Amino acid sequence: MLKDPGRYAYLPLIERPKITWPGGARVAVWVAPNIEFYELQPPGPFWPRTVPDILNYSHRDYGNRAGVWRVMEVMQRFGVRGSVSLNAGLCDHIPAIIDACVGLGWELFSHGIYNTRLIYGMDEDQVRAMIRDSVDTIRRKSGQEVRGFLAPAISSTETFLDLLPELGIRYTLDMVFDDQPMPVRVRQGRLVSVPYSFELNDIRAMGARGFPPERYAAMAKAAFDQLYEEGAETGMVLCLPIHPFIIGEPHRIAALDEVLRHVTSREAVWLATAGEIADWYLAHHYDAAVAFAAEREGQR
Amino acid sequence: MSVPPDHLAYPRRKAGLDHDWFVHSPVRERPKLQWPNGARIALWITVPVEFFPLDQPAQPFRPLGALDRAYPDLWAYANRDYGNRVGIYRIMRVLDRLGLRATAAVNAAVAERHPRLVAEIVRRNWDIAASGIDMGHVHHGGLARDAEQELVQRAAAILRRASGQPVEGWHSPAHSQSMNTLELVAGAGFSYVMDWINDDLPYEMRTAAGPLVSLPLTHEWSDRNILLQHELMIEDYASQVMNAFRCLDGEAKDHGGRVLSLSVTPWIMGYPHRIAGFARLLESICGGGSVWPATGAELAAEFRRQQARPR
Repeated sequence: MLKDPGRYAYLPLIERPKITWPGGARVAVWVAPNIEFYELQPPGPFWPRTVPDILNYSHRDYGNRAGVWRVMEVMQRFGVRGSVSLNAGLCDHIPAIIDACVGLGWELFSHGIYNTRLIYGMDEDQVRAMIRDSVDTIRRKSGQEVRGFLAPAISSTETFLDLLPELGIRYTLDMVFDDQPMPVRVRQGRLVSVPYSFELNDIRAMGARGFPPERYAAMAKAAFDQLYEEGAETGMVLCLPIHPFIIGEPHRIAALDEVLRHVTSREAVWLATAGEIADWYLAHHYDAAVAFAAEREGQR
Repeated sequence: MSVPPDHLAYPRRKAGLDHDWFVHSPVRERPKLQWPNGARIALWITVPVEFFPLDQPAQPFRPLGALDRAYPDLWAYANRDYGNRVGIYRIMRVLDRLGLRATAAVNAAVAERHPRLVAEIVRRNWDIAASGIDMGHVHHGGLARDAEQELVQRAAAILRRASGQPVEGWHSPAHSQSMNTLELVAGAGFSYVMDWINDDLPYEMRTAAGPLVSLPLTHEWSDRNILLQHELMIEDYASQVMNAFRCLDGEAKDHGGRVLSLSVTPWIMGYPHRIAGFARLLESICGGGSVWPATGAELAAEFRRQQARPR
């Protein structure tokens, strides 16, 4: 086992190359609807209760029957596109949802095949096969070339990040070590970590911890305000990871409206997709960050 | 290191769901439901009436609310029992005053232990649904089919005898089922179930023993989830329920009748520090919208009537 993932350099907030966003924006905001398919009877362990775990399975199914349509409606109201963390199996099971995402101009990235298939213990060929399957499936259904990956249920192996560039993937969301994009060290090619969110994830804030929607909205707005202020110096990223079966519930959906209303009310905001952020960073900032990190490490 | 090959095989990866109880159906795309008197919201209140045994088994899992400290957990036992002695009567007073009736999802053990409580439910013409034997008997995948069938039939017989009602509804303790539960429940003469939390509306399920209507009993904004699991305050409960009400009431204008399900537990909501907040919430819901108060049996019957109507 490793003591340290060894995937990124130590570049403290107070000392790193400046990032600029298109149009002089201070904050790039992106929204990540996790649109998922959970299996009733997965081959490996997943569900907290005995299988079939009707309560938890049916709760997730709520997202695909009811919640996702509410989420789409609210995001459309504010002109916010989604970058979908997509279990590719959904392309087979419920293709109408994919059609709707494509129709809205949303970006799709790979979140594996099913959220109930964790990658722990997979060898590299197995990881490759699973990701290639997801990328091919999403391309076939949507016509989109997948550029990003988030491992199902944020499971991991020591080396899966190394395999992403060879599968055409340019950004990962599996590490939440920064509020700016950062280069990720991989065996070959280039990979960017686009900031995702840990505490602001609706499944943690409102699902696991049960915060009232008003408190979640206040947290998200406070995070935005802080990053907007800091963004005057260097471009920051705010990600809102959401789940249709959490924030798409009728007692919570108003919180998404409140947060997006706030975020879209400010001028210097880049409403981006994760792929746009990664592409911009690769084109304008990646090389500088790598060179800066190499220089710092050389001085140590 | 590698994982077994079946972790990369997907035998049920095809159009539709990975089971055969119902087909995928987006809630927005269904024919509009119309509630009596043009009401936008069917208000369906469910009161779980439960017995938590002192010798609660740890396996296969402990339901939310089950006794979980060292045996004998007198403290938690008595707290749950408070609901059947005191709390439920406070809930009854609130509903009586507002002219509302509920579905009581009753563990059969309560009918055997407290006939007076069942008589009070029946006297109010509440709808009695069967909720298994008690909270120490969960239905789960490890249960043999015969053993589970015996649980379903015994609970049905006890509750039908004790109440004199047909007892059409079934609620598995802790929303837990095996792969056989739905078929066994349909086979025991039940017509509606309220375990699945995947919808805003009633919908039809298929089993080898006949159809069932699934009613959308809330877990997400139940008092058990908000007040017990997440340890929030009655004000947080009321505010989230009002959010749900406003959202569903707004959607009903365009998409047809919606259901607001409330799940209120005697040993949680029936405390003196919460009941007045609950009463105010109900007053707001009944006063601020266009509400059809319905029991589970009434809601299921109305849904079936509209499904059968030629379109």
